[in-house]
Amino acid sequence: MTATVIPLVLRRMRPPLLVLISAYAIAVLGFALIPGVDEQGNPWHMGFFHAFYFVSFTGSTIGLGEIPYDFTDGQRLWAVVCVYLTVTAWLYAIGTLIGLIRDPALQTALERIRVRRSVYKLREPFHLICGYGDTGRLLVRSLTARRRRVVVLDENEDRINELNLLDLPVHVPALRMDSGVPENLLTAGLKSRWCMSLLAITDNDHVNLRTAIIGKLLNPGLTVMCRAETAEAAANMASCGTDQVINPFESFADRLQMAIVDPDMHRIYDWLSGVPNTRLPERPEPPSGTWLLCGYGRFGRAVRRTLNAAGVRVVIVQEDVDAAEPSDTFVRGRGTEASTLTEAGIESADALLAGTPDDAENLSIIMTARTMRPDIFIAARVNSMANKVLYQAAEPDLAVEPNYITTSHILSVLNTPLLGEFLEDARKNEPSWHAELAKRIRAVTGGLVPESWTIRISHNRTPALARTLELGEAVPLGCVLRDPRNRDRQLSCLPLLLARGDDRMLLPDPEMVLESGDRILFCGALPAQKGMRELLNNLNSLRYVHTGEVRPDGLLWRRLARRRERLAPAKADREQAP
Amino acid sequence: MHLEKVVFGFFILLALTVNFGFFLGEIDNPDHHNIYELYAAIVVSLIATVLKFGERTQIGAVLLAASLVADLQLIAAAVVWAVAVHVTEVGLTPMVMASIVSLSGGALLANLVSAALLTAETVSLQR
Repeated sequence: MTATVIPLVLRRMRPPLLVLISAYAIAVLGFALIPGVDEQGNPWHMGFFHAFYFVSFTGSTIGLGEIPYDFTDGQRLWAVVCVYLTVTAWLYAIGTLIGLIRDPALQTALERIRVRRSVYKLREPFHLICGYGDTGRLLVRSLTARRRRVVVLDENEDRINELNLLDLPVHVPALRMDSGVPENLLTAGLKSRWCMSLLAITDNDHVNLRTAIIGKLLNPGLTVMCRAETAEAAANMASCGTDQVINPFESFADRLQMAIVDPDMHRIYDWLSGVPNTRLPERPEPPSGTWLLCGYGRFGRAVRRTLNAAGVRVVIVQEDVDAAEPSDTFVRGRGTEASTLTEAGIESADALLAGTPDDAENLSIIMTARTMRPDIFIAARVNSMANKVLYQAAEPDLAVEPNYITTSHILSVLNTPLLGEFLEDARKNEPSWHAELAKRIRAVTGGLVPESWTIRISHNRTPALARTLELGEAVPLGCVLRDPRNRDRQLSCLPLLLARGDDRMLLPDPEMVLESGDRILFCGALPAQKGMRELLNNLNSLRYVHTGEVRPDGLLWRRLARRRERLAPAKADREQAP
Repeated sequence: MHLEKVVFGFFILLALTVNFGFFLGEIDNPDHHNIYELYAAIVVSLIATVLKFGERTQIGAVLLAASLVADLQLIAAAVVWAVAVHVTEVGLTPMVMASIVSLSGGALLANLVSAALLTAETVSLQR
């Protein structure tokens, strides 16, 4: 990158340097040629050495006087010319240099160098986040809170400045540039071997699509996750190999349908993707009667489609309704007006969704609806995080935050790799199975949102367990669920999924014997996670819960134990002999 | 005709010719080597250097390097001259003169490389 900055500076400095050299050359030559007189009045020539000395200090406006002898009038005349000539040349040169430093092109080039250097210096896995809007902010905060490294790209200068001013636990290199340009992504470390994932979460579907394509083409092994707000963009992204396409509107609509049709499965979803160690949320169940839908954009369409699929009657309130739509489910007007809501049948409706892209309008809809029907179920879409506090005050039964949905989805994929697969498989089961599972999760977590974590049996991640398996011992899954302090007690956690090769087993049996390479998803309380980590890393703890024996450790004790084992049979023989 | 190329070529060749003019003559005879010529050689060489700034090509980089070598040699020659005449007041003895001229000879070589590279580039352009 220095390859672009130095030529830029040199090229811009070419004219001022030429002017400076010429001014000095003329001034020095003049003094060398003009005859002077010495102290005794003899004719004397200054010479290049003295001429250069004199011009150097007049040019830089230091001025030491007439050296080495007093000047003649001819020399003084030339000195006047020289002062103006050289000082002007210096001002021009310095002015150009300062202008160059403040030049936006140079600043951009320097910023690129800085970021490239700090990305190059990253020697741990990092995530590349493209877009620092509400979603980006949430992601950066939660990832850095777990000491994960991220690199952020955004086109907006204000957002980058805001990020640079934030006091985060780890340094976050931030670039002000368009993420849809390959060069920029490469600068941000796309091809670095430490780059774990590319998250394209700007609010522009087209930019996200371009980012995803660049990421998949230049680094095929990379995990790429995209945010998409329309179905077409989502399909496009999926077709170019994007690992996860997150459409916050579709996900919400899907969750809403689930909440209406299968509340227990929705609970499981809610708990496993929530923020751990907060109170287990018990949300009111959305009713399955008639829904009023205010706002019929991308969000409204997604909700209507899934609600209709679930057999729920939907009435849409929107100002510009296509004439082709049947009139019994469409009402023309704004949801903020009581007359429109009456026309839409709020008196007989069970629920209302304020889903316009304008927060002021949504809040107004909530307030109007509340005064008309205090008991109606109200869901609302929160567009900007800045307005979240207003929604909290307005107290809708269900607040939908597209940014939060996207963030929690990405975080769950990054933090617990098997969770997505588990939820997908679990959903295929019967509602009664879900109810049973919800009961079990509640039992292990004690009223808090559970942590979910994934272990992979390998030498690096679970040294003690891998070593025990290598010795040929059969370790059942139930073994790692025991408390390392007291093996008769269970850790408060629940194995949700065991993946072995391509096979996946839901709620694996504790009797099942583990194998090297297994990946297991657990959920449970935080102390359980810590206890399990001890089992997986400490051979003695694992041996204790596995066999119940406490073996002495350390070189000396191990030798004594071996000796005792050797002596024991001999002693037994002696006792048998008489 | 491209005015920028004319100016560029002019200064590179002028640096070479002026340098050669100073170099020409008996190596230790001060009468054969004019100080004004050395001065002109330095100034022209500096200008040629600045004109080569900011070239991105490989040949541009080598041209700049050759010019910097020439500058260094000529300035060294001027410093030797100034020290001999003004600081130590040894004067232009044959030994001093020989070292000044041989320094400028080094610069002449660098300038020759510059001119050769310029010619090579021009020939390879073929238009």
